[in-house]
Parts: sequence; C-alpha cells; structure tokens
Amino acid sequence: MEVRVAHVRKEFDRFTALRDVSLDIRSGELIALLGPSGSGKTTLLRLIAGLERPTKGAIFFGDEDASLKTVQERNVGFVFQHYALFRHMTVAENIGFGLKVRRHNRPPDAEIRRRASELLDLVQLTGLEKRYPAQLSGGQRQRVALARALAIEPRVLLLDEPFGALDAQVRRELRRWLREIHDKTGHTTVFVTHDQEEALELADRVVVMSQGRIEQVGTADDVYDTPNSPFVFSFIGESSMLPVKVEKGEVWIADRAIGIAAPDTPDGEAVLYFRPHDIELLEGSGGCIAGTVAASRRVAGTRHVELEVGGDRQRVELEIPTSHPASEKTRIAFRPKKWKLFPAAG
Amino acid sequence: MAEAKPATVRQPRFRSAVTETRPARYMLMAIAFLFLGIFLVLPLVVVFIEAFQKGTGAFVDALIDPDAMAAIRLTLLVAAISVPANLVFGITAAWAIAKFEFKGKAFLITLIDLPFSVSPVISGLVYVLLFGAGSLLGPWLKAHGVEILFAVPGIVLATVFVTFPFVARELIPLMQEQGTGDEEAAISLGASGWQTFWFVTLPNIKWGLLYGVLLCNARAMGEFGAVSVVSGHIRGLTNTMPLHVEILYNEYNAVGAFAVASLLAGLALVTLVLKTLLEIRYGAEIAATRGH
Ligand SMILES: Nc1ncnc2c1ncn2[C@@H]1O[C@H](COP(=O)(O)OP(=O)(O)O)[C@@H](O)[C@H]1O
Ligand SMILES: [Mg+2]
Repeated sequence: MEVRVAHVRKEFDRFTALRDVSLDIRSGELIALLGPSGSGKTTLLRLIAGLERPTKGAIFFGDEDASLKTVQERNVGFVFQHYALFRHMTVAENIGFGLKVRRHNRPPDAEIRRRASELLDLVQLTGLEKRYPAQLSGGQRQRVALARALAIEPRVLLLDEPFGALDAQVRRELRRWLREIHDKTGHTTVFVTHDQEEALELADRVVVMSQGRIEQVGTADDVYDTPNSPFVFSFIGESSMLPVKVEKGEVWIADRAIGIAAPDTPDGEAVLYFRPHDIELLEGSGGCIAGTVAASRRVAGTRHVELEVGGDRQRVELEIPTSHPASEKTRIAFRPKKWKLFPAAG
Repeated sequence: MAEAKPATVRQPRFRSAVTETRPARYMLMAIAFLFLGIFLVLPLVVVFIEAFQKGTGAFVDALIDPDAMAAIRLTLLVAAISVPANLVFGITAAWAIAKFEFKGKAFLITLIDLPFSVSPVISGLVYVLLFGAGSLLGPWLKAHGVEILFAVPGIVLATVFVTFPFVARELIPLMQEQGTGDEEAAISLGASGWQTFWFVTLPNIKWGLLYGVLLCNARAMGEFGAVSVVSGHIRGLTNTMPLHVEILYNEYNAVGAFAVASLLAGLALVTLVLKTLLEIRYGAEIAATRGH
C-alpha cells in the first residue's frame, strides 16, 4: 500500500508540531522517521494512523483519501512505544484481539487461536500463548505487540520507537529480526526512531526530521554522503564545522585561502562542514587549515583533537591516527577531503 | 574453606538511622491501639451488647417489627438506585476527566469533591430549597402529582448527592495513570468505542471500581444528615435505617435501636473486610487511587 502525506500541518492549541509536511511512502518499503526528540515523528505517525487529525492537508492510502476514514477503517497496525499490551489478557488473547472484535467476517475462535500461534511462531515466541504481559521481558512484549498488529493484516505497519525502551544488546537483535519479518511479510512499514544507527542500518529510506519539518529523504548513503542542510550534516554521523568566508570562488579563513575551491557558492559568510575523520594532514602552511591543539583525547582506535583555528580561535574537532605525535600546543595543518558549504545562518 | 565457620564474633547490632528506638516504637503502637480501641472497637462492641441485652428473641422481634422492616427495605431501595446511578456517573466523569482535554476540567474536579466538603445537612437543605413548598419547582411538581420532598425521590436525590464522589474519586487517578494508550491500541486494532470500553477500559479499572462501589454503598446505606432533612421522618414510609435508629433511641427503645444499629455496624464490618481483601489481592492496582 502506498501512503502519500500531502502538505500536512498539525497544530496543538497554539503549538505547531508539523509544518507543511509532504512524503511519499512506497509500497512495501521499510522507511524510518529519524529526528531529535520533539521533532514531530510521533505526531506524523499518529496522523497516518488516524489517531490525530491534520489541521491542514491530507493523507492518501493508495488513491483514497484516508482523512475521511476512522482509525478502525484505516486498518493500520500500530506498535506503541510502551507496547500498550492489554495486561488482563494472555498473549494469545492480545494477538487475537483484532480478529475477535471484527464485526464482518470474524473468524471462529479456533481459527483465531490458530492464527495467534502462527504469529507467535513468526515472532519466535512459540509456546507462550498462556502467559500474561507482566510475565514477559521487554523484548518479548515488543514482539507480542508486533504480532498483535500483524494479526489484522494491516495495510500499513507503523512502529513508534519500537526498541526505545530496550537495552542495547536486545535492540540490535530485534533490529535484525524486524528486517527479516519485513522481508518475509512485505508490509509497507514506517518506524520512528531517534537512533541514527538504527535508522541507517534498518531502513530502505530515511526521513530526517527537525522542528516539525522534513529536512531530507533518502537512502542511508544519500543522507550521510550528500546531506542537504546543516542540520542533516550535523545530525547524521560525526561532523565538524568552521565559519568561513567565500570570495572569488575560494574559501577563506581570516585572510588565508585554505585551498578549497567554491566556484558555485555566492560570495559572503558561510559555514564549512566536513567529517572529522575525512581529512588529510598536511605539512607546510599554504592552502590548508592550520591551528594549534587545545585538547586531545584517545577514543578507541583514533585520537580526537580539538584545534584552535584562526585569529578568533574557532575550535574544530578532528580525528587523527593514534600514531600522530599530537600534544598540546602542537601545530596541525589539514584539509578536508570532502566538505560542504552552507550559507551562514541569518 | 568450603564451609562457613559458625560466627564466634558478635556482630555489632545494626541500627537504621530512621528507625526509632525499641521502647519508642512500642509506645507509638500502644497509643495507636489504645486510641482505636476506645474510639472504635469499644462503641462497636457496645452496639452488639446492647442489641442482645434482652436476648436473641427481643433482637429478632425488633428487626421483624413492620416499621423496622420498612426502614430496611427503604434503605436497600435507596442504595439500589443511588449506587448504580453513581456508578454510571462516576465512570462517565472519570472517563471525561482522565481521557480528554477540555476547558473547565479543574472546575469539574472541584465540583465532584463538593459533597465531601459540604456538611450533609446543607446538602439536604439544598433540596428543601429546590423542591420545598416555598420554591419554584416544588408547587409545580406537586400540581403534577410528583412528590419529591418528604418522599422516596427526595431521599434518593439526597443520597446520590452525598455519595457521588466515591466512585469518581477512585477512578480518576487510576484512569489518569493508565492514560489512553490501551484504548488507542484497541481502536487501531479495529475495536468500536463500545468494544474498547467493554474489553479494555472496564477490565483495567474493575478493582478500583469495585472499591469505589463498596465505599459508595456503605455511605448510601449509612447516610443520616442529608436524608434526615429531606425525609420528613414518616414511620413505615420515609424512614431509612439510620433515621429509624434515631427514632427508636429517642423513644428509649434501646434494644430496638441497637438491633437495627447492629445491622448497620455489620454492614460496616463486611465492607471493611471486603475492602481489606481487595487491598491485599489487588493492592498494586488500587494503590494509585489513594485520594482521600
Ligand atoms: N497532544 C499534544 N498536545 C500538545 N502538544 C503536543 C501533543 N503531542 C505532541 N505535542 C508536541 O509536538 C511536538 C512534537 O511531538 P512528537 O511528535 O511527540 O515528537 P517526537 O516523537 O519526534 O519526539 C512536541 O514539542 C510535543 O510537545
Ligand atoms: Mg515520539
């Protein structure tokens, strides 16, 4: 099922949680909504489910306008951040709930039970039918919640921070497992996360959100290699930035050209973004960025140094090999191998 | 060194920083028990002693007296109307308060608490003012053949008023704590509003609800002040058990008064036992409901 979000705006009282959001979700894809807390991910997911109404705009399931349908009619599988399992029902009753409350073509009880244990097999919880949610671990509860959502054969599967409350080890396992389930069942799936590793590893495409807006939509490679905004550059992966000036197609720090050509950037103030590990260290003093080491930390396989650059001692972080003899006050000259220039804010 | 040797050194006694010394603890407990004994247990025992003072026969006679029977029937009737009414009202109000955002919510909560803060006599007087002979409504209703004051409807109204916080008060914190997550899950799975209430909301609140109903019932049967104002004390017609006890007592019929009183005391004890059982078994679930 294709889902199209068209110019959706969502206001809560005075507060605008989403501003003019548009997104095309392809049939059968696994797509991640990634952004910092409060960026509107959950709100967008709830709008798709029909748990909230858009203030403006519309949401289409295929060609039909879903805004005209109730939550029940939309037939979406929603997995809540805190599972929301029915605590007084067994695992099997939880999974069968969506079938039991059907008014049209409700399957007979035996069939519901059979489906429930089938789904339990799928989520690898075979034999736990009679347990109550309180008797399960967090990871197991999340699996039950997913099985319950899958039981209604949803047109779209929506997951809100599905692994948010679990510890790192279980998270990684469930991540791989969710990918497998998705490949097996082929549901169009949207999941919310604030963990970029999770989004980049798991999703076909990533939607990066910030302050109620979509910043960029693309594959893991797209958003990491060609971020289209300062936000995406600094949110995804490690990044360093330096205020610079563009003049005559060249990039300058104070009165030194740093050997980076910027033929397409208009003259004026700008910010240079690059990955702290994606640099080359240089000897000499022309056509490079030079500074003195202000702080140095050993982090696992590399050394992180903070460099003070230029007259106003702008600090910038670099990753250099541990073999480099950098210590405080050492002078280091470098040039990013890849970079991006964004016009200065304001 | 596989086995631990018996301890030969005396361990220094551990003293928790927040615990009182032993004598102080016993003192406090003794005072608490003494107080409860004098002010609660003793009177309760006296009720039963007085009731059986002239033997079991007199006790039974006092209860099967037609006026006493009428009072018991009326009390049961009033409870049978006001408890379900407040059950429905309590669930509705708690639902509205806990699951929706709207203006005037704080005001509604205050309003629900009103019967707790107003003297029951005043609650009764309000109905006298509303439906009495000098009011606007009273004469009009009377002309249409509806008796409110000094009749069963008035007693029911006063009782409903006095007991309406019990169920709502139990449920509001419970439902607020549970939030709307389960309900959203249910509707996303296709359940209708009614199915969601029946299969999800009600089971989630059932112990708190039972607890509230229990307290509501105890108060509905035992209410004196408000009912006394609106009842008119007509023997065999508008006397509830508490009112009947008072009348008998004023007539120096101690055995009769205490026999009926012992029924009310028995009700209180049963309520207490059920309440304790509920707390023991479902303590965690009703812990959130400690509001008053
Ligand atoms: N029901 C609501 N009422 C008022 N504000 C809300 C409501 N739901 C969300 N918000 C606000 O909208 C913003 C986005 O919230 P949300 O979508 O939950 O963010 P995320 O899931 O990305 O952390 C937040 O600032 C939040 O406070
Ligand atoms: Mg969220």
